[in-house]
Order: sequence, then C-alpha cells, then structure tokens
Amino acid sequence: MEDQELESGIVKKFIYVNRKAPHGTIYAHEALEVVLIAAAFEQDVSLAFIDDGVYQLKKGQNTDGIATKNFTKTFGALEMYDVEKLYVEKESLEERGLSEDDLSVDVEVLASSDLKKLFNESEVFFNF
Amino acid sequence: MLHTINKSPFEKDSLKTCLRYAEKGSSVLFIEDAVYACTKGTIFEKQISDNHGNISFYVLGPDLEARGLDNSNLTNNIEIIDYKGFVKLVADNEKTQNWL
Repeated sequence: MEDQELESGIVKKFIYVNRKAPHGTIYAHEALEVVLIAAAFEQDVSLAFIDDGVYQLKKGQNTDGIATKNFTKTFGALEMYDVEKLYVEKESLEERGLSEDDLSVDVEVLASSDLKKLFNESEVFFNF
Repeated sequence: MLHTINKSPFEKDSLKTCLRYAEKGSSVLFIEDAVYACTKGTIFEKQISDNHGNISFYVLGPDLEARGLDNSNLTNNIEIIDYKGFVKLVADNEKTQNWL
C-alpha cells in the first residue's frame, strides 16, 4: 500500500526541525541522513534551524582535531538533492552573537512568527 | 581544582552551577559543546567576565575548530589550549570535577 502511494507520486511537505549543536551528540548527523532519504523519495523537504541547531551551519568547521567525520560539508551538497529550503530562526542567531554571514550555505533567515507559519503549512514533522 | 564542562550553556545549566561552586584560584575548562559558552555576543560573556580574576578559563582548541570557531570569536580572558595543555591542567590540579 505504502509502496503504491510512493510510486503514485504523492508528495508531502516534510519539515526537519534541527535544534542541536553539530558535534557533541549524533542528532545533527542523523537528521541529515533522514533528510536525504526523504529527498530520495522526491518529497517536498524543508529544514529549519532553531536554538543550538543554528550552529550546524557555522562556516569553517574542521573536525580533524576531534577525529570525527565532518558531516556538515553535506549541507553544501543538499542542492544536488533538490533540498533548497533552509530556514534559520533570527532570534536563535542573535542570541548566539551570529549573523547570516557566519553561515556556510544560503539560507532564509526568518523570525519565529514567520517560521510558525511554515510549521502550520507542513504535513510531516521530524524533530532532532 | 579543575572544573570541566562539556554541554552547551544554551541547553544546560552546567556553567551556571559550576561557577556557583568554583572557588577562587580554580580553573574551568570548556570542552565539546561547552565551547559555545566562550563566544562573543552571548549572555554568557558576562558570567565569564564577572568571574575573571578569581577563576582561570580555558577552552580546548580542537573542539573550537570542529565548530568553526577561533580566537576571533571568543570573549576576553579565555586561553585556548590543545590536548597536551588539557593533560597538563589535569596534572597540575590535585582534583578534577566534571560538570555534565
């Protein structure tokens, strides 16, 4: 049944809500894996970065010194998977002394009131 | 006494509690997600500057680099150390307390 639905081309609005810093836990890395699965099934994918999640997009991350895979490079490749809707919460950036210039990829910075509208329009939620 | 903190100050109260218990002359080392506590333009800048003079603050360089941060992102009065420096801090202090 589900296979049939996927094959029948039903597209839902997926939103991935990222709220964790990138390297201290596995959440951010895992979220990205799940994003790519939805992208492979040609779903309508959006990513929102809130709270410490905004740190995932910080420019110039180099994990050589902590001997882990620098999965944050994948953000730059999302475009190839037609994942192009990345939203960053303005309040979270400001609270952390960051601006859009500190980020490694093109994003849309939105106030939480606007992000709320995006959530209301979404159909499937993944919170990490 | 050496205090280490490894959680983001935006997620956990570890920094606040650590500073409540850290005595004059002690050292605080930020590692893993706690390195964000050392960055400019956050409310934690004041918590650190208020305690500067009584407490020595250190941050682990490799954890900063992993998160795309360097000296230019840090608030004043924080010394960046490497793994060798971490070992030296532990050896120089009789006791170490980890705030998770």
